[in-house]
Amino acid sequence: MSHRGRTLFDKIWDRHLVGHRADGRELIYIDRHVLHDLHAPHAFGKLAQAGRKVRRPDLTFSMQDHSVSVQPGRNDDTYAEGAAFIRAMRKGSAENGVRVFDLGDPDQGISHVVAPELGLVLPGATHAVPDSHACTVGGLGALAFGCGTTELEHILATQVITLFRPKRLRVNLLGQLGADVAGKDVALAVIAKLGVSGGRGFAIEFAGPVARALPIEGRLTLCNLTIEMGSRSGFIAPDAATFKWIKGRPFAPHGAQWDQAVAYWLTLFTDEDAVFDKEIDVDCSHLAPQITWGTEPSQVIGIDGRVPDPAQMDMDKRGAVERAIAYMGLEAGASIEGLPVNRVFIGSCTNSRLPDLELAARLVKGRKVAPGVTAWAVPGSSQVKRDAEALGLDRIFKDAGFMWGESGCSMCAGTNGDMGQAGERVLSTTNRNFENRQGRGVRTHLVGPALAAIAAVTGRITDVRKL
Amino acid sequence: MQPFTTLSGPAMPMIEDDINTDQIAPLQLAKGLSPDWGELLFKRQRMNADGSANDHVLNRLQYQKPAILLANENFGCGSSRESAVWCLTGVGIRCVIARTIADIFRENCLLNGLLPIELSGEAMGRLQALVTKIDGAQPFCVDLPEQIVCAPGGETFVFDISGSDKTRLIEGLDEIGLTMKHEAEITAWEAQMFADMPWVQESRDRRR
Ligand code: SF4
Repeated sequence: MSHRGRTLFDKIWDRHLVGHRADGRELIYIDRHVLHDLHAPHAFGKLAQAGRKVRRPDLTFSMQDHSVSVQPGRNDDTYAEGAAFIRAMRKGSAENGVRVFDLGDPDQGISHVVAPELGLVLPGATHAVPDSHACTVGGLGALAFGCGTTELEHILATQVITLFRPKRLRVNLLGQLGADVAGKDVALAVIAKLGVSGGRGFAIEFAGPVARALPIEGRLTLCNLTIEMGSRSGFIAPDAATFKWIKGRPFAPHGAQWDQAVAYWLTLFTDEDAVFDKEIDVDCSHLAPQITWGTEPSQVIGIDGRVPDPAQMDMDKRGAVERAIAYMGLEAGASIEGLPVNRVFIGSCTNSRLPDLELAARLVKGRKVAPGVTAWAVPGSSQVKRDAEALGLDRIFKDAGFMWGESGCSMCAGTNGDMGQAGERVLSTTNRNFENRQGRGVRTHLVGPALAAIAAVTGRITDVRKL
Repeated sequence: MQPFTTLSGPAMPMIEDDINTDQIAPLQLAKGLSPDWGELLFKRQRMNADGSANDHVLNRLQYQKPAILLANENFGCGSSRESAVWCLTGVGIRCVIARTIADIFRENCLLNGLLPIELSGEAMGRLQALVTKIDGAQPFCVDLPEQIVCAPGGETFVFDISGSDKTRLIEGLDEIGLTMKHEAEITAWEAQMFADMPWVQESRDRRR
């Protein structure tokens, strides 16, 4: 066999290839499996019905994040509809010997925030969560798969997932980022270029100088939005910054094993002569802070941009754009800046890590939330919350008039009852601006923490660069 | 899993792009762990603000028992929630035909005996026109062994599906059972990984 360079994807995939099933699917071993309360109870139930056991409870972890209240002083019943999920999760985990990060646990939080933070997920490892944003941990160079409930049950019973090998796509992020843009803006710019299904069937490697220069939290944010490009898995090759970030975390290897691990991780890159099935370049120089204007994540413009005008578009695109403009209560061709905002949500597995909150707090400091605006800051994990409080960020937010929450998914998908009111314009640091996702008739604009914070205090969509 | 061979019934048109799983299964409206999935299907879109039924295609008389759903590009994108499939099967839909179908949703279909068909080009345009025209008045049929969709006038549309996915649906195979035939390989892999890189096979909290 002639030697041909391999992509990082192939290196990780091949290392985890357990075997080939007769039906042509490949069995890929899952190193770490993290469950959450919204979907795991169904899988635990089906597993029990079939009389099957969790094969590796020691590699499986349960997180309470989707249906938990984030109100200060919360308990199981604060959000009454969530209680059944929280209790079923606790019971299923206990019956199967799976460690649960429960309400009140110092490590509770959103699974995609907690898994990297604890060092549960490592470079070159495979990771599965019954959640499409499993891809977040690609920021550490891990290969993750979001999955459904039956796949979840399958992984619980076998510790492998069965897949056809995806194709490989490399997104080269070129240029250099300006001062007021970060991982979220890069991600939105890539979606604008690739479209919401451009990555379908591919695993995406984000490469190039901009990917390298992003801090680890920014890489996690970028990879979080991979599914919004249509791909199940997205990742960035690990490097010295990754290793430094992981070192000393509770579940990370240490001592002699640490050195051995780093030696392995240093082999995790795409060989120069490797060939991708598809490559695209995205020039990120001169990138303005990005904001979505429409009802899917590829409907993006710079903060200084204008809402598109359907009259100037091809007939086949018009309908969808007209509908999005109508739902969002916008005017075709008008600037996005200056629109009044009703609600601001800073949180979710996209943008709720410490640097996100620090950035937002810096902009909020000494100011007040504009009259009529409801503003929430919800840390991604209990650890992030403690770290933020140690820096006094909670005071800054609360003094300004923000609600400072306990950790959880909250208004990102509203599955804990946190939703906006019909017709409200919401600036949200989350990842989906679908119609009705944050409440019936809610108009969601996806932004990074800077634009969200500044909108909270000005009461309008505001270009942070003008302040 | 319920096997799939043939299917006959109304084909319901929702010829739009990017219909996402939040729309298909609006989980915020679900009550409890085991809601009536069929009742939840497209619930936000089926209701007016006051909760009354609107003119959504699913509210129309001829689509009270739909069998096939016909969409356009990128059906089932967004959240990985398998309940999107349960909502569809909850009203009897066992086949989705679209130009493209999102990756995770497609897997979820295959695991629940729902046949995902990708049909493109002019054939799809023709099928969409037929489904719109017939508007539930006569049944369409799907034959998986033959890999065809047939319209009431007798016109047929051939579709592609991988041999393994086809077998999986026709035989209604137990996925976990199939994989467990490889248990020895899984165990061997674990032992090898433990020898090579023990930290991958152990997940220890060093604070404890
Ligand atoms: S924060 Fe939102 S996107 Fe992330 S896991 Fe929770 S609900 Fe899903």
